[in-house]
Amino acid sequence: MSLSTAFRGALGPLSRMKPRLRISQTQQEEIEGYLWISPWLFGLLTLTLGPLVASFLLSFTQYDIVNKPIWVGLNNYRLIFKDQDFYQSLKVTFTWALMSLPLHLVLNLAFALLLNLKIRGMYFFRTLFYIPNVLPGVATVMLWMWLLNPSFGLINYLLSSIGIQGPMWFASPRWALPGLLVMSLWGVGGGAIIYLAGLQNIPPHLYEAAEIDGAGTWHRFWHITLPLLTPTIFFTLVMGMIGVFQVFLTAFVATAGGPLKATLFYMLYLYTTAFQSFKMGYASALAWILALIIFFFTILVFRSSSLWVHYEAERTRKRGEP
Amino acid sequence: MSTQDISLQAGVRTVQKPFWNRRTRAWVGHTFVYLFMVALAAVVLIPFFWLVASSLKSVIQQYTFPPTWIPKPIVWKNYTDLFTVLPFALFVKNTAVLIFWNIIADVLSNSAVAYGFARMRFRGREFWFIVLLATMMIPGAVQMVPRFILFKLLGWYDTYLPLLVPSFFAGPFSVFLLRQYMMTIPYELDEAARMDGANRFQIWYKILLPLCTPALTIIVVGSFNGAWNIFMDAIIYLNDWKKMPVQVGLTMLRSTSLSGSGTNWGLIMAGSFLTMLPSLIIYYFAQEKLIGGIASVALKG
Repeated sequence: MSLSTAFRGALGPLSRMKPRLRISQTQQEEIEGYLWISPWLFGLLTLTLGPLVASFLLSFTQYDIVNKPIWVGLNNYRLIFKDQDFYQSLKVTFTWALMSLPLHLVLNLAFALLLNLKIRGMYFFRTLFYIPNVLPGVATVMLWMWLLNPSFGLINYLLSSIGIQGPMWFASPRWALPGLLVMSLWGVGGGAIIYLAGLQNIPPHLYEAAEIDGAGTWHRFWHITLPLLTPTIFFTLVMGMIGVFQVFLTAFVATAGGPLKATLFYMLYLYTTAFQSFKMGYASALAWILALIIFFFTILVFRSSSLWVHYEAERTRKRGEP
Repeated sequence: MSTQDISLQAGVRTVQKPFWNRRTRAWVGHTFVYLFMVALAAVVLIPFFWLVASSLKSVIQQYTFPPTWIPKPIVWKNYTDLFTVLPFALFVKNTAVLIFWNIIADVLSNSAVAYGFARMRFRGREFWFIVLLATMMIPGAVQMVPRFILFKLLGWYDTYLPLLVPSFFAGPFSVFLLRQYMMTIPYELDEAARMDGANRFQIWYKILLPLCTPALTIIVVGSFNGAWNIFMDAIIYLNDWKKMPVQVGLTMLRSTSLSGSGTNWGLIMAGSFLTMLPSLIIYYFAQEKLIGGIASVALKG
């Protein structure tokens, strides 16, 4: 039975009693529309908005799952701001964000420019560079732990063959984060795909016009490519920021936060607080602080976007074109 | 531009710069780019090579310095050990169950919700669509603890339900993708089907779903990879180690592969290689399909 006949059937007797209740075609479509999106709406309420409210309330309690939650007011937040591990995890996460975000952005862009060259066989290279991105995270981490093994790993062997004594990587508090960075760079060519799509959206007539005007390669990059890519950069920056504050798997598997808490990412600290120490209230407070940090930086990027993100449509409107 | 013009231009250039004309410059440029690309390809591939080579080495061969590139002799023991030191086949089976349900749930829920957003007219549609997009920005960290408590209260702890049920409620990325794709399918098709007496369910199921195959391929590949890579949810919601999916099983190799002479990285690499294989195969086939899908869209447009 179709949804519409089901509805007509259900409301049929009612509409006979009160003529005003007879539903019109558009009203019926409205109800059906909500029925179609109801799986998502239900999920939104139970798995997204509900938990959002619940975690906010939980952040003011002390709760260990076994016993009933105790209301402690702002106590969790007060404790957090005295918590050494909290500051350490913030430091690690921000260091990571400052290292990896700009580096990935620049390298992704450089790769995209390279992959955009019109050369035979480019499709093959594009496919190849993307491979590290499709691999399971755990297996990738395992591989790099072996590659970065201080004494028998390939990386330190290659370094030693050019006369460099390789560092201890994941065994050293100083080199553990750079080790994770090296690992993340393996997939940098795959991250270029989104920029590549952006590059291919740039209308070629702009370049032709610039060439006629005598603009060189650098000039064309600076005045056409880069401005027209700013929406793509904006998008990747926002999504990258949300991701970079929630790094978990690599650090969990490779270093478990060590050595000496040198890779205690915020998410890792949150996870251990919730699921190893079972401090659910405290963990909820940590989660809300993280959400506020992400929210703050997202707003910052959004607000600044009018200064540097270039939208073609706006520009033409300003010029008074139809 | 005719060929005459080109030769004329080239001729002029040759007179000006006899050893550095356009063609040589292009040739040198191409060669340089190719060399660079090959070097980058080597950087991407060498870790792979190392993975496979290490998986075919015995512990003694792994711990020699300088290391050997090609194992001599080739040792297959790591691959057979994989299924005896741990029930690796069981982990794969557990994951297969997750993959099966995830694909079904993702395809049905996302396409139904996308159909609602693409084809139905109802008050608040634009509002809810913006809400849908906005949920992409909510960090998962905030939902982690309450979801755990919810599933625990429902008695779902240590079952697969927390890993499966959420995918029945559609996700923003997939809904967005499918909705955009459905918008490109002409509405006349729906109308023609309605004329023939089809209801909306039939239009969704019999007309739009088959036409959405290229977009659905992306969804299926995504949910396959998502389920194959389940890790964090598994360590949060599962307790019994025999229920663990393959990625968690892989981390268990680290503690079981400890032998007298140190960690047997060959065993771990063999496990890593096996877990990478399905992803690589799917990627290889999806590549062709996805390109075909994009090409058909381009031709239609």
